[in-house]
Amino acid sequence: MAVTGAVMVLFLVLHMLGNLKIFLGKDSFNEYAHALRTLLEPLLPYRTVLTVLEVVLVASVVLHMWAAISLSRRAGKARPVKYVAKKSQAAGYTTHIMRWGGVTIALFVVWHLLDLTFGVVNPKGFDSAPADRMIAGFEPSRWWVTLIYIVAVVMVGLHLRHGVWSAVQTLGWANSTRNKVLRLSAGLLSAVLVIGFLAPPLAITFGVVK
Amino acid sequence: MKYTEGPEIRDAKAPSGPIEERWEKRKFSAKLVNPANKRKLNVIVVGTGLAGGSAAATLGELGYNVKSFCYQDSPRRAHSIAAQGGINAAKNYRGDGDSIYRLFYDTVKGGDFRARESNVYRLAQVSVNIIDQAVAQGVPFAREYGGLLDTRSFGGAQVSRTFYARGQTGQQLLLGAYQALERQVAAGTVTMHTRHEMLDVIVSDGRARGVIVRDMVTGEIERHLADAVVLATGGYGNVFFLSTNAKGCNTTAIWRAHERGAYFANPCYTQIHPTCIPVSGEYQSKLTLMSESLRNDGRVWVPLRKNDTRAPGDIPDDERDYYLERIYPAFGNLVPRDIASRAAKNVCDEGRGVGPGGLGVYLDFRDAINRLGRDAVEKKYGNLFEMYERITGENPYDVPMRIYPAVHYTMGGLWVDYDLQSTIPGLFVIGEANFSDHGANRLGASALMQGLADGYFVLPTTIGDYLAAGPFGEVDEAAIAEAELKVRNKIDRLLSVNGTRTPDSFHRELGKLMWDYCGMERTEESLRKALERIPELREEFWQNVKVTGTAEELNQVLERAGRVADFFDLAELMCLDALVRTESCGGHFRAESQDADGEALRDDENFAHVSAWEWGADGPILHKEPLEYEYVKMTQRSYK
Amino acid sequence: MNLTLKVWRQSGPSDKGRMVTYKVEDVSPDMSFLEMLDVLNERLILEGDDPIAFDHDCREGICGMCGMVINGVAHGEQRATTTCQLHMRHFEDGATITIEPWRAAPFPVVKDLVVDRSAFDRIIQAGGFVSVPAGSAPDAHSIPVRKEDADAAFDAATCIGCGACVAACPNGSASLFTAAKITHLSLLPQGQPERLSRAKAMVDQMDAEGFGGCTNTGECTAVCPKGIPLDAIARMNADYLKANAK
Ligand SMILES: Cc1cc2nc3c(=O)[nH]c(=O)nc-3n(C[C@H](O)[C@H](O)[C@H](O)COP(=O)(O)OP(=O)(O)OC[C@H]3O[C@@H](n4cnc5c(N)ncnc54)[C@H](O)[C@@H]3O)c2cc1C
Ligand code: HEM
Ligand code: SF4
Ligand code: FES
Repeated sequence: MAVTGAVMVLFLVLHMLGNLKIFLGKDSFNEYAHALRTLLEPLLPYRTVLTVLEVVLVASVVLHMWAAISLSRRAGKARPVKYVAKKSQAAGYTTHIMRWGGVTIALFVVWHLLDLTFGVVNPKGFDSAPADRMIAGFEPSRWWVTLIYIVAVVMVGLHLRHGVWSAVQTLGWANSTRNKVLRLSAGLLSAVLVIGFLAPPLAITFGVVK
Repeated sequence: MKYTEGPEIRDAKAPSGPIEERWEKRKFSAKLVNPANKRKLNVIVVGTGLAGGSAAATLGELGYNVKSFCYQDSPRRAHSIAAQGGINAAKNYRGDGDSIYRLFYDTVKGGDFRARESNVYRLAQVSVNIIDQAVAQGVPFAREYGGLLDTRSFGGAQVSRTFYARGQTGQQLLLGAYQALERQVAAGTVTMHTRHEMLDVIVSDGRARGVIVRDMVTGEIERHLADAVVLATGGYGNVFFLSTNAKGCNTTAIWRAHERGAYFANPCYTQIHPTCIPVSGEYQSKLTLMSESLRNDGRVWVPLRKNDTRAPGDIPDDERDYYLERIYPAFGNLVPRDIASRAAKNVCDEGRGVGPGGLGVYLDFRDAINRLGRDAVEKKYGNLFEMYERITGENPYDVPMRIYPAVHYTMGGLWVDYDLQSTIPGLFVIGEANFSDHGANRLGASALMQGLADGYFVLPTTIGDYLAAGPFGEVDEAAIAEAELKVRNKIDRLLSVNGTRTPDSFHRELGKLMWDYCGMERTEESLRKALERIPELREEFWQNVKVTGTAEELNQVLERAGRVADFFDLAELMCLDALVRTESCGGHFRAESQDADGEALRDDENFAHVSAWEWGADGPILHKEPLEYEYVKMTQRSYK
Repeated sequence: MNLTLKVWRQSGPSDKGRMVTYKVEDVSPDMSFLEMLDVLNERLILEGDDPIAFDHDCREGICGMCGMVINGVAHGEQRATTTCQLHMRHFEDGATITIEPWRAAPFPVVKDLVVDRSAFDRIIQAGGFVSVPAGSAPDAHSIPVRKEDADAAFDAATCIGCGACVAACPNGSASLFTAAKITHLSLLPQGQPERLSRAKAMVDQMDAEGFGGCTNTGECTAVCPKGIPLDAIARMNADYLKANAK
């Protein structure tokens, strides 16, 4: 969980930085998208690195989901008879939404790929420049798309607020002296990601970036 | 109750010669068992407290084939877990003049000259190894900044020889023994039987050869055979119903061994601990000990006037009686347990007690807080204050604690010789279950020491001497069947009465009777009354007890009823023992035997002996084991 | 006080079990929770009913024998308190209280509120010890231990093995219990030689017993009567990963 989660977090950070290029202008963004595909060329053919990254990422997502499912199944087996009354005592709500949050995120990722990667549900379709797809996708009339993104990204934020700290704990790096800092960092990282991811769509929807 | 007197016990098997050499001598003379033979020798150890846990683990390490039993769901929960204060050892790590000889001397004197010198000396010798063993196991004793072990002085000792692990010394030591035990379970040398209650000893051809136990989950009556049996089943303080013992503590194991021929020594020696939380109501199920260390800074007092119902804060200093400081100016609040307990009883009997029913005295930290500051007091006693508040709902930083004495420990138990063997060959008894090395009064932090000395070091040596002659062959089937039948009959009888009173209601009544008539102060009259009343109550019990459910299931009512039945028989013997011993000594205070100041007065002329009682169908038979003091001169204790 | 209790009754391992409602009257606020159940049980016996079976022994919060889920919380809502140390003054007159056993597959119900926790013993058997036969120990002062380490080891060693952590964990994980022992021994010099093999063996045994996996929810430490912190689990994970890397 922790390792695959970490791969995804790393991806998210890079992905977010890339998205923010939209503020530097369409061209900058398109160049970035292009650069991704031509990384280390001519050493390696077109899209090699990106494909490797994609494979790692997809593997991470799959393994992460597989781990999540097997954890849930183990939990189910470990408690075959449920409590009649059960009250949570732990501080924080983020721990309780890990599983449903994860599912929400998974559904979103599918939609997201269909939208901006394959362009299937995007007004501009597949054969367009990435920046155009993005801007068209979030135009003001399609405010509901933006809304879906907001919900999903906030979910990701919550998932990571617990998840990042949890991963550190799982890998055995946490302890009580570090814990405050770790929890704070996890919160901060999540907040940065949420803001970073939401800025472009919101800017487009509200017409700041055209 | 009628009793007869049998022959004296002349030889407790301690080697002769200089006292420092006796244990060495015994270790050398003990026969060794060939390692290949050990696997063929079966030993049963009943009890997994400090004594039983350490013994079973050590016997397993030595290669014997061990079966271990306890009534809890895990060996780790034995009552030893509750010991708070600490464990003594003559390490002299402080260089404050402690030595094996001094620990020996203090223990003999503290026991009011009713313990054996040879045994106590060995205990003091072995105490040193216990600490080494525990530390190596990872027991997290308190340490100082230099990384070395911390010690404190405890229970009025003038040297600092008590090792401790915050207020949880017993827990940490027991977990050490438990882990060693589980290691042997994994190694296959020990088989563990939890939730099994021992109900009889199998004696065949004059040797203890096994036990009858009840599987407390299925109710099945099982037989387990062996070449030797070790009882480590703890104390019987629960005969008083209310005590600081765990709810399950019982006399069943040792009592039934007594009925099979093991002598019961000094049953009347009971220790009453002065600082416990008082009873708060009829429903009270047990009493909680507050560590004795509180008396280092708390001051004990009651109002000067009788029936003074003012809040403690409203009573000015000149209307308070700090009675321990007044009567014992030299020791003040730090007098030994028996003295502090009796003084509390006396002021309450005068009608000056505080709290519900007037059965309590104040333990006041006001002056300590003023002197040291609240923070310092909190650092020292914070967790104890918290525990007190949790139970009483009162905050001891603002209102003085209320405390009252409660039954805490039983010095009496099955008689054993120097080898810890009872009068039944092959039946060894260790820990609080034997009549121990504490004489008539146990010093603080000495029970843990004794339990572990017995289990880790003494028994594993001495039992080898016995087992060297084994294996002992087939066990007589008739003996097994007879024991099994006896157990079944008792259970059936309990289930068939179907009366109108619960086992607990009888236990409560018996306990109150024992507390009133055979408690902190005993008189001929009170004891005779008790001896009259106990058989009547027992009779009523067998006519009118109600036990629900069946024998073939987890049945906690049945378990309790069986224990109460044995407590009746034990109670009677305790009162008889107390009646016969007309002197006062240690925890046994006979009102008829006191000096001009009201202190306990021994009668060495007539009572410098162990009273070992043999069970007889026509009443008990008393055997006296004379006690001789070659090293420590007998003196009257004085704490003025 | 008058109370309504809804108590899990199950006559044995094969019984399905159900909640049964009892009224208890005249409860004193100074009673402990178990004393309140004692009073009810005394009445049930006299009425010829089977009293409610529950585990308990020391009744002072140290043996770890007691434990029930009270109003959905292991050991009840009072923090850092075992069931036997919980007192009725924390409940309101007229309240309804639900009482259930620890629920976890590796803790099968024996009867009513009594469960079988022997899985914990087996986890200790797997490696929760220092291998040192009696009589073989060097002098206690031959190895100094930093006070901070000794104190931290002690904190972990205070675990009473009650199983509340398992009962509270949404995954039914025994990580806090297992980690407490691993932490206790791994902080001391005496525990070093077996440190990694111990962590591996104990964690593997925990998994083999059928406990769930840890997702760091923190429910365990919140109900733990001894306040064993989640740190312990991080320590266990670190040792476990190291052991597996070898
Ligand atoms: C509250 C309290 C605080 C104390 N503090 C201290 C202290 O600070 N220092 C000190 O030195 N001493 C102290 N003591 C005394 C000391 O704890 C005990 O004397 C000692 O632990 C007894 O150990 P044990 O091994 O003999 O028996 P226990 O620990 O009582 O163990 C008895 C074992 O026998 C088993 N058993 C009993 N009956 C049966 C049966 N019929 N069938 C099967 N199994 C049975 C039980 O399951 C258990 O495993 C304290 C005692 C109390 C009550
Ligand atoms: C694909 C859909 C996803 C599902 C179903 C899912 C589910 C889960 C679950 C059930 C957990 C364990 C619960 C816990 O630790 O409390 C978890 C943990 C975690 N998740 Fe996800 N998640 C998903 C997507 C993501 C994404 C996109 C990221 C990061 C970019 C991520 C990062 C993490 C991290 C870091 C952890 C903590 C790992 C640990 O404690 O070992 N997850 N996830
Ligand atoms: S970690 Fe806490 S809750 Fe779990 S068994 Fe130990 S004391 Fe009980
Ligand atoms: S009964 Fe011992 S901890 Fe509650």
